[in-house]
Amino acid sequence: MHSSTSWLARPFRERATQLFLGILLAALATVTLLNLALPAGHPLHVSTYTVTLLGKYLSYALLAVAVDLVWGYLGILSLGHGAFFALGGYAMGMYLMRQIGDRGTYGDPVLPDFMVFLDWDSLPWYWLGFDMAWFAFLMVLLAPGLLALVFGFLAFRSRVTGVYLSIITQALTFALMLAFFRNEMGFGGNNGLTDFKELLGFDLRSDATRLGLFLATGIALALGYVLCRAIVASKLGRVSVATRDAEARTRFLGYRVERFQLFIFVVSAMLAGVAGALYVPQVGIINPGEFSPIFSIEIVLWVALGGRATLYGAVIGAILVNYAKTVFTGVMPDAWLFALGGLFVLVTVLLPKGIAGLLAWRLTPRRLQREPADPSSPSREASA
Amino acid sequence: MKIPPCLGRMLALCLLACLPLAASAQGDDGQPLLESLDTASYAQMGEAIEAIIESGEERSRGWLEALMGGKLQRHKETGRFVVVLENRGRDWPVADALTGEALGEMSRRDLDRLGINNALRGQLQGALAVLDLQADGVRERRQAARALLGDVDVSLAEPLAVVIDAEQDAEVRRLLQQALAIHRLEQGSVEAVAELQGSLNSRVRAALNTAARSDDPALAEAASSALADIEQKMKLNRGLETLYFGLSMGSVLVLAAIGLAITFGVMGVINMAHGELIMLGAYTTWAMQQLLPGQPGLAMVLSIPAGFLVAALAGIAIERGVIQFLKGRPLETLLATFGVSLILQQLVRTVISPLNRTVVTPEWMSGSIMINEGLSLTLNRLYVLGFALVVFAGLMLVMRRTRLGLEVRAVTQNRAMSRAMGIRATRVDIMTFALGSGVAGLAGVALSQLTNVGPNLGQNYIIDSFMVVVFGGVGNLWGTLVAGLSLGVINQVLEPWAGAVLAKILVLVFIILFIQKRPRGLFPQKGRAAEG
Repeated sequence: MHSSTSWLARPFRERATQLFLGILLAALATVTLLNLALPAGHPLHVSTYTVTLLGKYLSYALLAVAVDLVWGYLGILSLGHGAFFALGGYAMGMYLMRQIGDRGTYGDPVLPDFMVFLDWDSLPWYWLGFDMAWFAFLMVLLAPGLLALVFGFLAFRSRVTGVYLSIITQALTFALMLAFFRNEMGFGGNNGLTDFKELLGFDLRSDATRLGLFLATGIALALGYVLCRAIVASKLGRVSVATRDAEARTRFLGYRVERFQLFIFVVSAMLAGVAGALYVPQVGIINPGEFSPIFSIEIVLWVALGGRATLYGAVIGAILVNYAKTVFTGVMPDAWLFALGGLFVLVTVLLPKGIAGLLAWRLTPRRLQREPADPSSPSREASA
Repeated sequence: MKIPPCLGRMLALCLLACLPLAASAQGDDGQPLLESLDTASYAQMGEAIEAIIESGEERSRGWLEALMGGKLQRHKETGRFVVVLENRGRDWPVADALTGEALGEMSRRDLDRLGINNALRGQLQGALAVLDLQADGVRERRQAARALLGDVDVSLAEPLAVVIDAEQDAEVRRLLQQALAIHRLEQGSVEAVAELQGSLNSRVRAALNTAARSDDPALAEAASSALADIEQKMKLNRGLETLYFGLSMGSVLVLAAIGLAITFGVMGVINMAHGELIMLGAYTTWAMQQLLPGQPGLAMVLSIPAGFLVAALAGIAIERGVIQFLKGRPLETLLATFGVSLILQQLVRTVISPLNRTVVTPEWMSGSIMINEGLSLTLNRLYVLGFALVVFAGLMLVMRRTRLGLEVRAVTQNRAMSRAMGIRATRVDIMTFALGSGVAGLAGVALSQLTNVGPNLGQNYIIDSFMVVVFGGVGNLWGTLVAGLSLGVINQVLEPWAGAVLAKILVLVFIILFIQKRPRGLFPQKGRAAEG
């Protein structure tokens, strides 16, 4: 039971996780099959465009899982997870930029186009090493991880919690957005990084690479889900839930609450970074817009709609909202913000447990249907 | 001097309109004056210009200006003097130089230009300046005198001395003396430096700068020491200006944040739609101006109560429609009100327009107060600063002196206990929310005078206002005031050194770090309320 792998293996024995993984893998296989086996004119054929779109949804889903880990199980409403997502995305983007080589518009063998345009004569130091895939992939984890470590260390140590923490995370991503908008930062400013050619030698525009990226995102989502489940089900996860529900009490019981918070916060940030890194090659661009506070709040809505503290709810929410966004912005773009705003209000007022809560309610036998304690309201706010 | 063609045309028309229309070419005193201008010799032309000035003729200003612009021309066949209104294309619209009567278009081939050379141009410039100095209005004379700084040459020195003696206004005299002193400085006079001592005018500084590099050591030294003196004064001015802009920016922050501080302090909820309530206030100002066209001042005054009401009603709707169902769930409240903010933004975009609206600044709010030549304070910012202080004082009075304020403070400190004492907490919630939202509306009214009124107006201020509340300490109006003003000043101090965007980032980082040290702000609540 206490061997090093047992905590990672535990999720596989849970029914819910088995069900989730089963559905996810079945969906991946079906899409792959429908894309490859059926001719382009067939009504059931899934075009490569759709595959990439689904891949984008899946990377959002992984991001939502990361947010659910901190919000659902730790009670920290992060309004700045978009920053970690974007940092992961930028790390990947920098690698992809270096892969362009001399195929850019200006044909400079080393410098990306925007640097040539800005008249820079050499790479800034923080761009060094990004021509190597292993280094870039490491940075996908380290850049958001380090930011979360420093920020979380400062915040949790001085016991900044609740709405204060939410506002500060929002300020963090806002500050980063402003910073990345500046040309002098060396990240392409307003336009961000784009015009990518290939990833690990595979042409990014080919159908096979796109399908591969979709599958990789799906597998990353499955792994991320299992990792989160494992953390949540472990003893560490229980302490974190205890922290969520009664931080002071947990501290008085002798737990170093801030360490648990910090650990989970950093893991979540790294997951968000991975999601960002998978997102960038599929949409083909990363720009400072991903740092915008609105995007970060939207992520929280996905989780709220799907259902907090369930993990699978986050996946459902992310896919549903983004599908709706694709449809709405195509059909009637003006109505999208009304729908999104209305969704925020409706979900928080009428569906506090989200879709997952609705499902659970339907599936629970009638005699067991009793209102359980609301996990979302820490006792101290209620008493205030 | 280069005048845009359309402006030049307007100017020429204005000038010509002043001419007595009845006068005909025959027997007009002006005819011989103009005739004498039409000569091949520049020396004679110079004398003719002198004669025109001395004649005291009312039309002379228009003639000389036209002459300088090459627009005084003579029709080849009739010998009539005309002023070209616009010299573009092949046919030019012209007017009679004597009567001002429009003569339709004439082909450029039929016209002869009265040409001048550079010496004459200098003479004309001086002559025009002296003419301007004889204007009736003090304002015009001051402007003319200011324009002369650095433009005085030998030919002007003498007539100027005469003008100075005749001048009544002290300010005009001072300016003219400075202009003369610059001229003497350029000639190498050391005494002239003393007269220029302490002036902040850029032309004076330019002249001193030149003098400081001169070969005459005495002059160079005197000029450099005068320059150093001026530099000192400028530094002080710049400091004051930064402080003013900082306070102005801070007052906007205070206005935007103070409503938030009230609702956050009392109800413990974050209203993410607060920025949109500000936006509603700004749009109310715009709507008022649409309702009262041509009376921006009245509209401005009326939109203060109107903006308050509109935002307060919207606030009550938000409280009753959303927030009351989310009691004790602050994070959900944050999300729900964010949804409301999206809806409000889109509503404005759909109903009014996604583009920015222009709000007119009333006359009594535009312009600036000149403290000295290097420092002038824009009036609209001064008004906003004063307005913020008045609103703050008003809120203080409400909180300290009214029954509502008492109840609000009681509920802030201990909700359960105040309910036990018979305070209807729900009613207090509604009133507080209305008050906080109304103040946001007032902020919007003020902001409409400083920035563009558009759907994104609120969004731009919401994060800043949060920072002010967090920095100042929740539920403390003084904290909000101090935090808002100091953040504004800090931002302005950093800006020239780091650039606008970087300054903003630095301030955000500063607050994030500050929260580590003092998690409950500058002025934390004390006692039991702080544990809530």
